[in-house]
Amino acid sequence: MSRGVVLAALVLAVAGAIAVSLRFGAVGLGWSGVWEGLSGDGDPIAVAITRDLRLPRAVLAALVGGALGLAGATFQALLRNPLADPYVLGVSGGAAVGAVVAIGAGWAGAAAWSLPVSALTGAALAIALVLRIATNVERRLDVRVLLLSGVVAGTFFNACILLALSFQEAEAFRAAVFWMMGGLGGASWQLVWMMGLALGGASIVLLGLSRSFDLIAHGEETAGFLGVPVQRVRLLAYLIASLLTAGAVVAAGGIGFVGLFVPHTVRLLWGGGHRFLLPATLLVGAAFLPLADTLARVITAPGELPLGVITAFVGVPFFVLVLRRQTRQAPA
Amino acid sequence: MKLRQNDVMWRATRLGYRYPSGDREAIEEATLGVATGEIVALVGPNGSGKSTLIRLLVGAREPNRGETELLGRKLAAWSALEIARRVGIMAQHEEPAFPVTVRELVAMGRYPHLGAWRRPGVDDHHAIERALERCRVDSLADRSFVTLSGGERQRARLARALAQEPLALALDEPTAALDIASEMSIWELLRAEAAKGKTVLLSTHNLNLAARYADRLVLLHRGRVAADGTPESVLREGTLSDVYGWPVKVMEHPGPGPDQGAPQVVPLHPESAS
Repeated sequence: MSRGVVLAALVLAVAGAIAVSLRFGAVGLGWSGVWEGLSGDGDPIAVAITRDLRLPRAVLAALVGGALGLAGATFQALLRNPLADPYVLGVSGGAAVGAVVAIGAGWAGAAAWSLPVSALTGAALAIALVLRIATNVERRLDVRVLLLSGVVAGTFFNACILLALSFQEAEAFRAAVFWMMGGLGGASWQLVWMMGLALGGASIVLLGLSRSFDLIAHGEETAGFLGVPVQRVRLLAYLIASLLTAGAVVAAGGIGFVGLFVPHTVRLLWGGGHRFLLPATLLVGAAFLPLADTLARVITAPGELPLGVITAFVGVPFFVLVLRRQTRQAPA
Repeated sequence: MKLRQNDVMWRATRLGYRYPSGDREAIEEATLGVATGEIVALVGPNGSGKSTLIRLLVGAREPNRGETELLGRKLAAWSALEIARRVGIMAQHEEPAFPVTVRELVAMGRYPHLGAWRRPGVDDHHAIERALERCRVDSLADRSFVTLSGGERQRARLARALAQEPLALALDEPTAALDIASEMSIWELLRAEAAKGKTVLLSTHNLNLAARYADRLVLLHRGRVAADGTPESVLREGTLSDVYGWPVKVMEHPGPGPDQGAPQVVPLHPESAS
């Protein structure tokens, strides 16, 4: 299959995933109900459920999944490390500190916007802190130091979270823990717009850098010798992928595993350079998360399971399957 | 760009460089020139500054003192992409983080011509296929780079440098850790490229093959140029024994073949020094 066909098929898969996400839920709608709800001339309750509840949630799920896939692939190339994921450099930890502070101090209850703003502030502080630690005397960004400082910052933020949580009342404690587990319960058209703009902008920049990613992932000195401005590419990619991750964390909390396994799945299934890998990871992530979120809503309906649990429970077996199939095919 | 024979490809004047974490000058007062179409071999003990000098000549590091010119223009005035379109550079090591095929590896050589957005065209595909054939890795094109033998890897990396369609090659120990046939095939390839007008600058520890294939040797010692000239003038017993700290004897290549008479260096038993 040519790469273009794969991408086209993935676009259809995203549309299909969003459709499934509209169809299933605590209230059964049926395909005709979904259609009537979307077109606006059906039962007012069906209209409200599809247009105001499920559609923004499904679209946000697709955007967050795409953002996590794209950020994961970028971090893996940037850090030249297959273990990297969007959270490896402490961005989610910083955002979580912000969120926990907002919840604990009661701001989140007083004004809804204070939670995302506080989380975004925490993420921005984490990005700035890690960058400051990792930039050496020559003002070069050393990826080994970057990885280490990210991990160290993440550990520090975790300690901060635990400290903050230990002073919380049971109610706030629960709210904070649920926020950290991640979920799309807070989906709104505002968040959809925010995420859509962030993902659109980031995609353009990162796609422009994709050829350099091929070379940097292959070898930094060699990339420099082929004319890649390695330092500039690295800094830009780090900032863009971090901001994208921050956006995803603010919109949906820390949804684990998507940013790690989606890029690897694409690599294992189709291989190829980053000009294909980046859009493909975006699309696979965007198709996967609405489906995972649908499962999270349906399994214990009308209750909801934490989305991060579903992504791991579904993602891990699938990833193991792909990994085993590929390693059996090619022993080398 | 049309080049005449014996135009100056590189000219370096009194270069000095110390790594930020280094405790001594890696390169000191180094002056040398490389003419177009020449094969010049940088030789010298480990740590004598061969790799650093190559990095300075291709603009990967900025010298603390002195200056370098490429094709008569100051190196600092060239962008990294402009240099990459003219000089194919091979680093000593590269450790891919993710698997690539040989064809993908060689296709990376087109980066300086493509930039970020342009799709590879017919010219690019031709350059890639030609380079694969030149280095006899066309039959390995779909193999994963990490599954290749040492000799095949170096040929594939050389193919990437040729796919850049450069005027010159700058190669850091292209034949390190290769068997006789693999090493000879690389040297033969370089001689053929030089015959077609390409300039070749390389570093090597194989003094004997450098003496046979290079037009000039530049002997480095503790970051300084200890000798610069024809193989016969550089490979002298006294100089080499001093620079390497080991007694050597220089003999003539016994032939047969075109290299008959070329100086050949034989390290002696340490107690046999007279």
